[in-house]
Amino acid sequence: MATTLLSLEHLPQRQRATVAGIAWDRLSAPEGRRLRELGFDEGVGVEVLHRARIGGGPIACRIGRMTVALRRRVADAIHVSPDTHG
Amino acid sequence: MTPAPLVALVGNPNAGKSALFNAMTGARQKVGNYPGVTVERHAGRLALPDGRPVELLDLPGTYSLDPSSPDERVTRDVVTGAQAGERLPDAIIVVVDASNLDNHLRFTLQLIALGLPVVVALNMIDLAERDGLTLDSAALARELGVPVIPTVAVRKRGIDDLKETLADLVTPGAVALRPSDPVLHADIATLQRRARQIAIAATVSETPVRRWTHMLDSVALHPVWGVALLFVVLFVMFQAVFFAGAAPADAIASGFDWLAGLVKDVMPDSVLRSLITDGAIAGVGAVVKFLPQILIMFFFILVLEASGYMVRAAFLMDRIMASVGLSGRAFIPLLSSFACAVPGIMSTRTIEDEKDRLTTILIAPLMTCSARLPVYTLVIGALIPNVRVLPFVGLQGLVMLGLYIMGVVGAFVVALVLRRTVTKGASSGFMMEMPKYQLPRVRDLAIGLWSRAEIFLKRAGTTIAFTTIVLWAMLSFPQVPKDSPVSQVNYSVAGRIANAIEPAFRPIGFNRDIVLALIPAMAAREVSVAALGTVYAIDTSGGDDETKMAQTLHNRWSLATALAFLMWFVFAPQCISTIAVTRRETNGWKWPAFMVSYLFVLAYVAAGLTYWLATLAGL
Repeated sequence: MATTLLSLEHLPQRQRATVAGIAWDRLSAPEGRRLRELGFDEGVGVEVLHRARIGGGPIACRIGRMTVALRRRVADAIHVSPDTHG
Repeated sequence: MTPAPLVALVGNPNAGKSALFNAMTGARQKVGNYPGVTVERHAGRLALPDGRPVELLDLPGTYSLDPSSPDERVTRDVVTGAQAGERLPDAIIVVVDASNLDNHLRFTLQLIALGLPVVVALNMIDLAERDGLTLDSAALARELGVPVIPTVAVRKRGIDDLKETLADLVTPGAVALRPSDPVLHADIATLQRRARQIAIAATVSETPVRRWTHMLDSVALHPVWGVALLFVVLFVMFQAVFFAGAAPADAIASGFDWLAGLVKDVMPDSVLRSLITDGAIAGVGAVVKFLPQILIMFFFILVLEASGYMVRAAFLMDRIMASVGLSGRAFIPLLSSFACAVPGIMSTRTIEDEKDRLTTILIAPLMTCSARLPVYTLVIGALIPNVRVLPFVGLQGLVMLGLYIMGVVGAFVVALVLRRTVTKGASSGFMMEMPKYQLPRVRDLAIGLWSRAEIFLKRAGTTIAFTTIVLWAMLSFPQVPKDSPVSQVNYSVAGRIANAIEPAFRPIGFNRDIVLALIPAMAAREVSVAALGTVYAIDTSGGDDETKMAQTLHNRWSLATALAFLMWFVFAPQCISTIAVTRRETNGWKWPAFMVSYLFVLAYVAAGLTYWLATLAGL
């Protein structure tokens, strides 16, 4: 199984994936903390549900059973590996 | 006598703490379906099944004991006993959203680690079931080591069980469960993993999540349809305010006219009669008639909040807000400010970034609040011709829309400037939990509207009545001698003051009557309408109904003056309550002073430019 890592920002919509790692150094301390509080962590299932606008609007993604809105810069720091089935 | 035991309601944002607080105490705390409805502590009392009283604290929702916004700090300080003037709670009710277990449990674990007696309210269990999630609350209690009570706060389910458990917890000498799990004091990542394990252990079965919310969101958050829908929602809201509010407003106005007529019939002509009819009834009536429109405005805002749509609007607006250095989160307080800037400014507490929050507070008064409606309606009705520029598009409506747009554009420009100067800083992010859609509950809406009506009528009955009566007195005394060529208004105390100040406002086209109305309108914008009513009622001795007043305005004001007056009200900070709440929210006089000065300068310049341009155009 050759899983490729990509950022949440580039994950196709409705493609289920698992958080592989988060580039904490690219986030400010409060951003990183808030991200953890919202449940982002290695091994958690994630999926992009909606993208606001062409042109850099936020994305809405499912994390656990919660839906969370994120700006793309933050989504770019979250690395995911797409689930092979689903 | 020992004080009643203190119990704190704590939990993640939007877990339903305020609904539970209301269900337990019978209070009428505002509830809404977006994270951050409660921004300060609220206390209430309830009786345990054995009759003992308990003091219950409703605290702002937070994701952890490591606060990132001012409202979250309150919560941490209370549960750790660090809050000045507050004793350490005797027990904690942790409110957990049953559909979001793994996330909410992490904070629950942190709270249990504090060592206080804890009971978990597994709230919104009905929504979790509807969502296809079956939970085992006994298993959850076993894993957590504290009692767990399934509740549905809005339907008052599980409240009695919760009170009974609470009675055991706050009984002196009762042994509190102290789990000695070393994981509890671990870092956030470890806690998160433990929370997930517990959630899995407590979940009996689970089907894919939130079908309804996903279906609605695929429209509401769509790059094209979502934006279109937002505009339709806002359009319908403003249309309803202006058109549905007109008929009941007329009914209220004629009610006040009837009352004034009645007083005139039964009382002989005297100073007292003039005070009652020209001062109190004309002044208060001119303002109270806007109650229907204000309530319609609040109705829409409350529905948007309660349904969960407000967060979607914030999501859609984030890109635009980012372009002026704010986040989508600021959209919620700003939209609320269209109803009233005071609750709008208070709800900025959910904004984590301090600079972001300050900027939002400073521009909130630029949103056209409902208190400006009476002013706009009167002046537009009197001086803008009622003609149609396009089929179904009247000029008067267009001017009204233009004033709203001026406010928004002004706010954006100011935000842009502030973010590059006084509130300079790195652009903050936008990270927000998006709640499930919920049907707003009639009871919550009714309570919300009722409390707004109460505030408004109280203000009309006190501040506005008082300022109009004072103004009436200042306009009526000293009484002008018979056969004097000087008019009563010019001869009076108020008239003399206004005549002295008027030169400062003459360059921007304001006459003495406007200056007279602006001074008492510092208390509240609506007062200017009441004040103009009083000025003209005294000057024309008789005639306090709106048609006559509009006629008087039409005769005495040029169109250029009227437009300048409207522009003044787009920007001028004429509202004591807004200034007071800004002082409270920014802890000092520095920012309210800054806000008032920049808004006055803006108002003066905008009104002046409008006047000069309109005069040049020959209006």
